[in-house]
Amino acid sequence: MSALDTFRSETRSWLEENCPAAMRTPPEKTDTVWGGRRSTFPNEDAKIWLERCVEKGFTAPEWPTEYGGAGLSREEVRVLRSEMKALRCRPPIFNYGLLMLAPVLLEYGTDEQKAEHLPPIARGEIRWCQGYSEPGAGSDLAGLQCRAVRDGDEIVVNGQKIWTSDADVSDWIFCLVRTNTEVPKHDGISFLLFDMESKGVSVSPIPLISGASPFCQTFFDDVRVPARHLIGKENGGWTIAKRLLQHEREMLSESTAGARPTQKKTLVDVARESLEVPEGPLTDGVLRDELAQLYMDRLCYSATLERSRDQALAGIGPGPETSMFKLYLSELGQRNSDWRHRVVGARGLGWDGDGFDDEELQTTREWLYGKASTILGGTSEIQLNIIAKRVLGLPD
Amino acid sequence: MSEASSLVLTEEQQLIQETTRDFVADQCSVDSLRQLREKREDAGFDRALWKQLAELGWTGIIIPEEYGGAELGLAELGVVLEELGRKLAITPLISTLVAGAGCLVRAGSDEHKAAILPAVCEGDLLLALACQETARHDPYSVSTTARKDGDGFVIDGAKTLVLDGAAADRFIVVARTSGDSGERSGLSLFLVDANETGLSRKPTFLIDSRTCADLTLSGVRVDSGALIGALGAGADILDPVLDSVAASLSAEMLGGVLDTFERTVQFLKDREQFGVKIGSFQGLKHRAARWFCEVELSKSIVLKTLRALDSNDVQAPELSAACKARLSDTFRYSGEEGIQMHGGIGVTDEEDIGFYMKRARVSELLFGDASFHRDRFASLQSF
Ligand SMILES: Cc1cc2nc3c(=O)[nH]c(=O)nc-3n(C[C@H](O)[C@H](O)[C@H](O)COP(=O)(O)OP(=O)(O)OC[C@H]3O[C@@H](n4cnc5c(N)ncnc54)[C@H](O)[C@@H]3O)c2cc1C
Repeated sequence: MSALDTFRSETRSWLEENCPAAMRTPPEKTDTVWGGRRSTFPNEDAKIWLERCVEKGFTAPEWPTEYGGAGLSREEVRVLRSEMKALRCRPPIFNYGLLMLAPVLLEYGTDEQKAEHLPPIARGEIRWCQGYSEPGAGSDLAGLQCRAVRDGDEIVVNGQKIWTSDADVSDWIFCLVRTNTEVPKHDGISFLLFDMESKGVSVSPIPLISGASPFCQTFFDDVRVPARHLIGKENGGWTIAKRLLQHEREMLSESTAGARPTQKKTLVDVARESLEVPEGPLTDGVLRDELAQLYMDRLCYSATLERSRDQALAGIGPGPETSMFKLYLSELGQRNSDWRHRVVGARGLGWDGDGFDDEELQTTREWLYGKASTILGGTSEIQLNIIAKRVLGLPD
Repeated sequence: MSEASSLVLTEEQQLIQETTRDFVADQCSVDSLRQLREKREDAGFDRALWKQLAELGWTGIIIPEEYGGAELGLAELGVVLEELGRKLAITPLISTLVAGAGCLVRAGSDEHKAAILPAVCEGDLLLALACQETARHDPYSVSTTARKDGDGFVIDGAKTLVLDGAAADRFIVVARTSGDSGERSGLSLFLVDANETGLSRKPTFLIDSRTCADLTLSGVRVDSGALIGALGAGADILDPVLDSVAASLSAEMLGGVLDTFERTVQFLKDREQFGVKIGSFQGLKHRAARWFCEVELSKSIVLKTLRALDSNDVQAPELSAACKARLSDTFRYSGEEGIQMHGGIGVTDEEDIGFYMKRARVSELLFGDASFHRDRFASLQSF
């Protein structure tokens, strides 16, 4: 038996023993464990599952053990993932610290910075939010204005961020700030970390068309940050910022498929109910054709993800094509929830109150919330720009 | 995970790819297709080219070793077809190997296999599947009948769009031995010699310079040994063979997609208007970027499907449907985008891009277009 086979069988028995049965069912939207100082758990099993994974280093399996990881090789991580998938284990935790910030800390942070920030991320103790966008700097992110000025051992931050997801429930922020106004815009940006409990930080949630308020306006008024929380060089933040966006796109190209809520009823179930066709071919030929197209596009998409992983294993990529995943999956997700919402007909038109069950209301909210997916993390148009420039090499 | 199911080419597949790529660079071009188009009276392809493919071992690539083949999989054949497809090369690989030999390997008698497969590997014998009767692909719509007569059968009917039928030495004819047209059961497959009395063929020259044939079978008498597989259960052979054909054809189409895309992106970098390269216009950039995504998805589904077929994965039929549907759509879209982005030159016969659009249409309609395969996919998924 090869070492990898041994690892596989050990991992499988560990998962079988340690992953509670309740953590092996498809998660609902409210089941995601985000971690942080104010962490909540949908149930006791979720808490146990997280604790056991933390102990084993499985929240961040590919990190070195000194930072709370399990120190696994790429092949081993792959085995772990496939075993978790086979046993339908839920991800023990999901958050931006783990998936966006940590990879750039590992790449660009000093040893002290890694030692300070990575272990709490691996343990799910600190929840991070992303301070990138500003009212005047969305797609043109490098145009950001939030000002940071050095004052001895501290950096003083003044300005505003917007669309900061979960700022109201997060503990720390990774923030892009302008540290030089005299140079071309890309050359005066720094990458700074600070505690959201710092004096001078205030947040105000913004309601979405879906009724939820997952993002905020975030204001900084003379926030004093120890200078050791600067990642990379002062004014050298843009490279790190872009790198993080790549990891964000990677997260978005998998998480929307995996960690995001999976509704209990499949699209076929929904259509059968709505069309009142318990068996046999769906009687609405156009809807049936659209559904086949959706399922086939999903198949093609997951085959492409699979190919990209196989390439990574073979030492090829990943490059700017992460833009393609972000672009395609967000649009596919929208088609999916739009189709579901159209098919349920009258049952999908309720906003709240009696008369509509939870799943129906969720269908509506997801359709609405889904509209954000082609905007957040870089709009579809921006992804197309990136593909045209970086993959196809088309001229400016 | 085993190497075979990885969606990255194995070393052997890379080697096959390089060999074929060199061969194609040397021997195949849209210009050779133009010459073939002018000749017209030919078998529909270049026999010398076929001989060379035989020397490379490609004419027996998926045939078992005991009959002189290389006994590789559709994944390997797919690599060859993709490279040939890039330059729109016409070869009877799909008709002879995947369709014809595919039926025999699956269900042919030892006698059939021993008599035919070695000659196929040598490049000396061509097969064709005579299945289609209706304007649109619909494999169970078969009115051709095979009536029991003594210890043989008498076949009557007509076939259309028989791929490479103009040159085939033997046909595998799908005929009905019971039931009505449209029914899955009651179909039987027969091996029929092209020179059999009562069989006549008329070559049809298609828009993409490929040649098919219309067949008329009137009172064609075959002995009972001509039956392939069980009487009336032909669909059990035909279904998986058609899946393999759809996937292999998709691999060839992928080559066309890639070449159309790459030559158009190059054109965007070369052509100037308004004093700048046209590739700098965002309206075209975004179209090219979307096109790129469709191309990438197409690559993945072809790789995935061929591997699934090779390993007899239960998902193989629905993957085959998804694969042919996607490649039909993407190849058509590629031809359309390619021509539009070329401007006026794109609609001239002088420019190569139009050949790709024509090939796209023929390949799209051969063995079921996207609409057919979406319907098939939905049925396989029971909705
Ligand atoms: C649900 C949600 C959560 C978010 N979470 C966060 C977060 O946690 N942290 C954070 O920092 N940000 C977050 N964002 C912000 C997000 O990154 C921005 O909304 C996004 O980058 C677009 O910026 P904008 O909203 O200013 O739109 P704009 O940039 O003003 O875009 C408006 C329109 O113009 C188009 N456009 C702009 N530039 C170009 C161009 N060069 N070429 C072609 N078209 C162009 C866009 O595609 C869009 O259609 C979130 C957004 C949403 C919706």
